[in-house]
Amino acid sequence: MSKRTRAIVVASAFLLPNLLGFLFFTLGPALTSLALAVTEWDLLTPPRFVGFANFGKLLGFSTEAGHWTPNDPFFWKYLGNTLFLMAGIPFSMFGSLLLAILLNQKLRGIVAFRAIYFLPSICPAVAICMLWRWLYQADVGLFNAGIQQVGQWFGQSWRGPGWLVDQHWAKPALMQMGFWSALGGSNMILYLAALQGIPRSCYEAAEIDGASACQRFFNITLPLVAPTTFFIGTMSIIAGFQGGFMAAFIMTRGGPNGATTTLEYYIYQNGFQWLRMGYASAVAWVLFALVLGFTILGWRYAAKRVTYA
Amino acid sequence: MKNVDRVVLYVIIAAGAATMIVPLLWMASTSLKASTDVFAMPPKWIPPTLHPENYVNAWQAVPFGRFYLNSLFVALTVTVGQVVSSALAAYAFARLEFPGRDKLFFAYLATMMIPGAVTMIPLFILLRELGWIDTYKALIIPGIFSAYGTFLLRQFFLTIPRDLEDAAKIDGCGHFRILCEVVLPLSKPALATLATFTFMGSWGSFLWPLVVTHSMDLKTLPVGLAAFQGQYGSDWTLLMAGSVMAIVPVIIVFVINQKHFVEGIKMSGFGGT
Repeated sequence: MSKRTRAIVVASAFLLPNLLGFLFFTLGPALTSLALAVTEWDLLTPPRFVGFANFGKLLGFSTEAGHWTPNDPFFWKYLGNTLFLMAGIPFSMFGSLLLAILLNQKLRGIVAFRAIYFLPSICPAVAICMLWRWLYQADVGLFNAGIQQVGQWFGQSWRGPGWLVDQHWAKPALMQMGFWSALGGSNMILYLAALQGIPRSCYEAAEIDGASACQRFFNITLPLVAPTTFFIGTMSIIAGFQGGFMAAFIMTRGGPNGATTTLEYYIYQNGFQWLRMGYASAVAWVLFALVLGFTILGWRYAAKRVTYA
Repeated sequence: MKNVDRVVLYVIIAAGAATMIVPLLWMASTSLKASTDVFAMPPKWIPPTLHPENYVNAWQAVPFGRFYLNSLFVALTVTVGQVVSSALAAYAFARLEFPGRDKLFFAYLATMMIPGAVTMIPLFILLRELGWIDTYKALIIPGIFSAYGTFLLRQFFLTIPRDLEDAAKIDGCGHFRILCEVVLPLSKPALATLATFTFMGSWGSFLWPLVVTHSMDLKTLPVGLAAFQGQYGSDWTLLMAGSVMAIVPVIIVFVINQKHFVEGIKMSGFGGT
């Protein structure tokens, strides 16, 4: 046996279990998905090749009397919902950074506080969604009870919104839940690690120069944690595009009136409720293209600017 | 720091911590109430009468015990499988010389970008062809192979000095023994981290188990909990009892294993930057 063959044999022995799994359960399905996207298949009758018809229906517009009407208005609405929910990302990141600064102080018992803030992020999301569905009940939920109570103190009869059953409030409600559960989670820990990596001398020098706390934040902290911000931002955007299924499934069933249906939930509906495997795959690939596009944009324009050696 | 600053800081941090913990306490409080006290206005924070039997009722309403065992079994097997398969592959990528190694590794990395939503449907169809739908195989086997785990361990293996292995090689050790007796013992932090994360990921996983199981006997805890909510949609005492039961094991794992959570998050962050 030549040295080269031997090297391949040894390497395969180590790689084979993982590689087989990788081919069968990741790479294979990914390629199959591309093939599925150009078919129409309900799993019951044989798949039918339809070319790019799925993509045409998904992304295309028809013009009638000067009006542009999307072929699939739901897709655009749900893409809008997904982006709307993603608008919470910067707030969530900024909150995590501020919290990390607070929890980076040398105070007695700070480790216990870190654990408390971390807690919501590790609870199984199904349980968290059920809890918040309860908090958001229009008549008997804790939120509206609180609003009513505060109103009474001022001698007013305030009524809270319907939250999950009100199509204008449902998305903000989900964003608020997301903010609560992610605030002290992994993003905060990453920021904490980044803060601990900033040399004390930077702050001392700034203090001698008379920089205020605000100036120190914007001129030292923010630039020096920029690589972390970039990493968290990229990961959040990737996750945000493909998120929203659990909350929609447990709390709202995508409603009211489709207000909380995200692309991920739409893929699930197409694939597993309506058995449109081809169309679901087409939506999934459009989603992938969006994720890829945004990630590449991020790398192009931000990655260079965030490293401070 | 001045004492006044210290007090202000404590107040802010404690107020924030209260908003984190209050919803969870409300969950626990609801779970112990009589169903007639649940809707009391203004809300009663401490249940007027304690009803721990809510937990018994929830436990008997759906096969919670079965859900627990399913989740535990699936999460443990996935974790062991993923750590083993990732460690083997990571060793090959970090230490073996073979043609096409770096290209193959790049292909691994590239697939980490593919959203789960893309592979979910073909994977479902594949398992359907194999007749694995509604079996433990569907819950476990696709979860065992992870590009992410391979990547994480490879990065860690690369930081281990080669001198130790060279010594072992001179003593006539093969690669498998070097992996088991030199590399793995030195990689305990990375292995613990990967194991913790895989376990938590599997324990909380929802969409995939929802799609590939139908019968009650195979539901994992999150999917079972969703089915429970489907049956008892507004029976809040029972629903909150069920939620508490799903959260408690996670809190126990967290308390025991706190260090690995934090380390793991940091490692995943540095792996990506």
